[in-house]
Amino acid sequence: MITLTHYLILSAILFSIGVVGVLIRRNAIIIFMCIELMLNAVNLSFVAFAHYLHSMEGQMFVFFSMTVAAAEATVGLAIIIAIFRNKETVNVDDMNIMKW
Amino acid sequence: MLNLVAFILLFPLIGSAINGFFGRRLRKESVGYIACGAIGLSFFISILVFCGLLSLPPEERLFEKHLFSWIQSGSFNAAAGFQVDPLSALMILIVTGVGFLIHIYSIGYMHEDKGYHRYLSYLNLFTFSMLLLVLSNNFLLMFVGWEAVGLCSYLLIGFWFEKKSASDAAKKAFVVNRVGDFGFALGIMLIFLTFHSIDFTEVFSEASHGKFAIGNITITLITLLLFMGAAGKSAQIPLYTWLPDAMEGPTPVSALIHAATMVTAGVYMIARCNVLYMLSPFTMTVVACIGAATALFAASIGLMQNDIKRVLAYSTISQLGYMFLACGVGAFTAGVFHLMTHAFFKALLFLGSGSVIHAMSGEQDMRKMGGLKNHIPVTYKTFLIGTVAIAGIPPFAGFFSKDEILLEAFVRGNVIYWSIGAVAAFLTAFYIFRLLFMTFHGESRVDPHVKEHLHESPRNMTTPLIILAGLSIIGGFLGIPGANALNHFLSPVFGGHGHGEMHGSEAGGHHGGGLPYLMMVVSTLIAVGGIWLAYQMYVKRQKLPGKLAERFALPYKVLLNKYYVDEIYNAVFVNPVKKISVQLWKRVDAMVIDGSVNGIARFFVGISNVFRLFQTGYVRNYAFYIVVGCVFILILTTLLNK
Repeated sequence: MITLTHYLILSAILFSIGVVGVLIRRNAIIIFMCIELMLNAVNLSFVAFAHYLHSMEGQMFVFFSMTVAAAEATVGLAIIIAIFRNKETVNVDDMNIMKW
Repeated sequence: MLNLVAFILLFPLIGSAINGFFGRRLRKESVGYIACGAIGLSFFISILVFCGLLSLPPEERLFEKHLFSWIQSGSFNAAAGFQVDPLSALMILIVTGVGFLIHIYSIGYMHEDKGYHRYLSYLNLFTFSMLLLVLSNNFLLMFVGWEAVGLCSYLLIGFWFEKKSASDAAKKAFVVNRVGDFGFALGIMLIFLTFHSIDFTEVFSEASHGKFAIGNITITLITLLLFMGAAGKSAQIPLYTWLPDAMEGPTPVSALIHAATMVTAGVYMIARCNVLYMLSPFTMTVVACIGAATALFAASIGLMQNDIKRVLAYSTISQLGYMFLACGVGAFTAGVFHLMTHAFFKALLFLGSGSVIHAMSGEQDMRKMGGLKNHIPVTYKTFLIGTVAIAGIPPFAGFFSKDEILLEAFVRGNVIYWSIGAVAAFLTAFYIFRLLFMTFHGESRVDPHVKEHLHESPRNMTTPLIILAGLSIIGGFLGIPGANALNHFLSPVFGGHGHGEMHGSEAGGHHGGGLPYLMMVVSTLIAVGGIWLAYQMYVKRQKLPGKLAERFALPYKVLLNKYYVDEIYNAVFVNPVKKISVQLWKRVDAMVIDGSVNGIARFFVGISNVFRLFQTGYVRNYAFYIVVGCVFILILTTLLNK
């Protein structure tokens, strides 16, 4: 029997993989994909809870976050392209001017 | 007509603002017209208000004009309002009347000065402040006027601020006055604590309704503190030292501020608070003693001064001492009477000396004058009237007022007050005629170069002299014994206790009825004696003063150096304060205050140097911090929820 706990553990694992990916990878595209992974891990727990509580709100949230994720992906990819045009690289270690 | 009272203040203020802000761009004539016009209008309205007051029956002569509520905080309530009663009506007439004449005079006197518009702007502002002082209906507004006249006095003493001595004198006046004002401010606070009001009418009616026993300690403290303010403003011992130095200002300023009006503010204030003062015999004794001491002390210094304006300055201090003596024995009317006549003849003397200085191209030392009477006849004649008036020869103004004070001092006070007053009167007659003889009589000691330019002053300077001379002749008739119009006029303000006349005649009855007349004869003789001595020493036997100076070298030197009071004050107060200030600057200011401020800054520089290491610029690190933060919060909430 697959219970809520299983879903949540899976969601936590996926989320942690995403976090670790964001922290240790250098390629901006990969980091970006890791962020998507984190988002979808959360979506998973949303859906699981919605099912568990017999309520539609959780599922609606998933649609919202998917929409936001799509918008974010657009903007994020555009930024990455812009950076690539400037620096000929998508390695985040070459982008260190975000300080005062 | 009484409703117009606010306009009396408005015109000088407008005049001051126009000349102050735009005077530089206006023509000199217009600046003069604006300044004089403002005071002239103000004088005109003062007369209207005065007539309006006269048309009321004597017991109803108290008019209050409430303009707006100024400060309201809890139970504290200060209004901006004016009070017209016989005392303030008399004061506004003196201030605007004498002020108007001095404004006209100033136009001639200051015409060549490059700060002409600035000068007239200050003078207008001063008149406004003085009117505010005398017209206000509560202590706080009076204090505003009190401080504002002090400010104008400062500005005008230091008018020629390029001169070090002038700016020093201005500072000195300001600082010495601060000592007195400190007392005044404390007095006002104590009044509020005691009466829960600072309104004249409320305070005085409460005080006069027997709530406080005579000799009440709080009232004594209040009156002493107020007197401290009065002593500062009116140049009494021990705070008189600023007034002689104030002569660094232009001469018309000395006439208006440091003789006729501002310095009498202390006398006015005590007369205004007569109800409080009557409740405290101790303070009255203090006031009378200080007044008498100042009268004698300043007169004795005046004997040996060689600067024409300094003699007049010490004379002013001495005459103010008389007024305080009168107030101190409870003869407020006599004090105010002398205030008025003194305003006339002292303004005249100062303006006359200004005219002399003008003729002498700026020379003020009497040793370099002499024999001027034929060169500047109008000045001489008017000046002579002024000297006779201050010396106390009947029927000139000074005679009646001074005689009344001496009589009251004798009747209400004691023989000591009277004899000090009489000696001071003798000295007054002597030094003022010494001044007259040294300046106008004898052979000329004028520098030949200056002598070529000797000239009578222009009409706009001599006309005020003539008018003031007229006032100095007739001013005394307002208060002649037997038909004392001034006494009658002021009696609503001073209630039962200001009636010099009543007490005088009563006491006169005890002394055989002829006392007032006997006193008159005695004081006339005293004055004549002083004049005779001056005549002997400075006209007949001119070698005599020099011989006397050699003979009595020590007293002469002490007097010439003004009893070394300035030196003593410097040694006792000024220099220690300076030394402490230097120490405070070096230790407290530079080390503690600067040290703590800089220390805080350095501390933050230090921790910033640590925290800036976190800001690497790598997105990854920032993401890491976010994660750490989230985890931290998560742990925290979990722990707290347990």
